[in-house]
Amino acid sequence: MRVNITVNGEARQVDDVWPGESLLYVLRERLGLPGSKNACEQGECGSCTVYMDGTPVCACLVAAGQAEGREVRTVEGLASGDTLDRVQQAFVDAGAVQCGFCTPGLVVAAHDLLTRTPQPSDPEIREALAGNLCRCTGYEKILDAVRMAARS
Amino acid sequence: MEFLRPVSLGEALEMKAARPEAVPIAGGTDVMVELNFDHRRPAALLDLTRVAELAEWSRDDSVVTFGAALPYTRLINELGTDLPGLAIASRTVGSPQIRNRGTVGGNLGAASPAGDTHPVLLASDAVVEVASARGTRSIPASEFYLGVKRNALEPDELITSIRLPKATGPQQFAKVGTRNAMVIAVCSFAISLHPNESRAGAAIGSAAPTPRRVRQAEDFLTEVLDWESPQALPDSAKRRFGELVASAAEPIDDVRGSAAYRKHALAVLARRALGWAWDAYREGERSCA
Ligand SMILES: Cc1cc2nc3c(=O)[nH]c(=O)nc-3n(C[C@H](O)[C@H](O)[C@H](O)COP(=O)(O)OP(=O)(O)OC[C@H]3O[C@@H](n4cnc5c(N)ncnc54)[C@H](O)[C@@H]3O)c2cc1C
Ligand code: FES
Ligand code: FES
Repeated sequence: MRVNITVNGEARQVDDVWPGESLLYVLRERLGLPGSKNACEQGECGSCTVYMDGTPVCACLVAAGQAEGREVRTVEGLASGDTLDRVQQAFVDAGAVQCGFCTPGLVVAAHDLLTRTPQPSDPEIREALAGNLCRCTGYEKILDAVRMAARS
Repeated sequence: MEFLRPVSLGEALEMKAARPEAVPIAGGTDVMVELNFDHRRPAALLDLTRVAELAEWSRDDSVVTFGAALPYTRLINELGTDLPGLAIASRTVGSPQIRNRGTVGGNLGAASPAGDTHPVLLASDAVVEVASARGTRSIPASEFYLGVKRNALEPDELITSIRLPKATGPQQFAKVGTRNAMVIAVCSFAISLHPNESRAGAAIGSAAPTPRRVRQAEDFLTEVLDWESPQALPDSAKRRFGELVASAAEPIDDVRGSAAYRKHALAVLARRALGWAWDAYREGERSCA
């Protein structure tokens, strides 16, 4: 089937989509946007987090057809040109990235938090990132990065 | 596989009548996991996320009705004050991303014994509204769960909305799991005080083949609670309540916990949740007086 999605501001048309495949598959395999990661395909790790119509969702749990006509914003759509978004910059500056697999999802989740709650408390940060797993950093640097982004 | 995209409830019901084997998909947080892991290959998916009626809600003085496909995040934000028990349970579902998509209709459709909204729906006398091209039915939550992952829906029916009384007293929900997020309940418990009827509703989850009400424990509360001049509950009464709740459970041993642990934990959850709810009621009465 054919699916039309606006991805990072650009209207995209995708053909030969299998109706049971996920938005994550469409983004990575059909549109060449490998930023959103595929780590569990069951909603547990959050590494596939993208905005859909402004709401963070696990792209692995959205059926491709459900994204028809929707606006999707992936981690690739956060920076403006060569200038990183403040959340991305803070992850770099705080050393919140090790293997980097969880980073795109965490960046989108943190970006959403700071959009809704510009000065989050620590419990608010933890709650907002509860759906994102990191196997490397132990989270401390990630929390630092979000605090840093909130200040910048 | 076909992907059906109705844009109205009428169209959705017609499609379901013509293709009863089509699997409804709302938030997809259960369905997509099954598809991604090849556990299910339905002939068709019936997408409910474009049916506006299913994501609306309304309320009058005493009753709230919300669409089956209303995501948890909106339920919490928009109806949390009227439905505090359901909001507490909804906040424990998965993670923010899961709550942004997942729905009570999906929880009911999946009918897992561990689904977090079930105990609250039972304790709060919720009614599940279902519809097909043949007509509509109202199914009390207490008649909706038929077995492990089995519910009272006919193949051509969809859940349209959930209707429940606005809270008239404190409500609580508690669940046991290994962390505060992303946890399938090891066991769960809900209590809703109904001061207007001088009684309380209570129910358990993840502790029997279906979520279930705990009638004996409810009856016990009818005997011991004085709604007119509410007193502090003696520990012995809270403990007895916990025992009665645990005795209604028929849990199994599985990877998440043993049957014995579940019974023990349920008694603790029930004792505590009763304490929280009753103390809040007494507090409210005192500030009204
Ligand atoms: C990472 C993760 C964590 C989770 N954590 C929890 C948790 O803590 N607690 C919990 O209870 N659940 C949890 N779940 C399970 C799931 O999120 C819930 O059951 C949720 O309520 C399902 O809603 P949905 O709209 O996504 O359902 P869907 O996946 O769209 O559908 C679920 C089932 O219901 C049917 N269905 C959906 N809508 C209707 C309708 N209107 N009429 C008829 N049938 C319908 C579908 O056909 C399917 O069989 C979790 C899932 C994931 C992936
Ligand atoms: S890949 Fe989607 S949540 Fe893990
Ligand atoms: S940096 Fe490796 S998983 Fe988070």
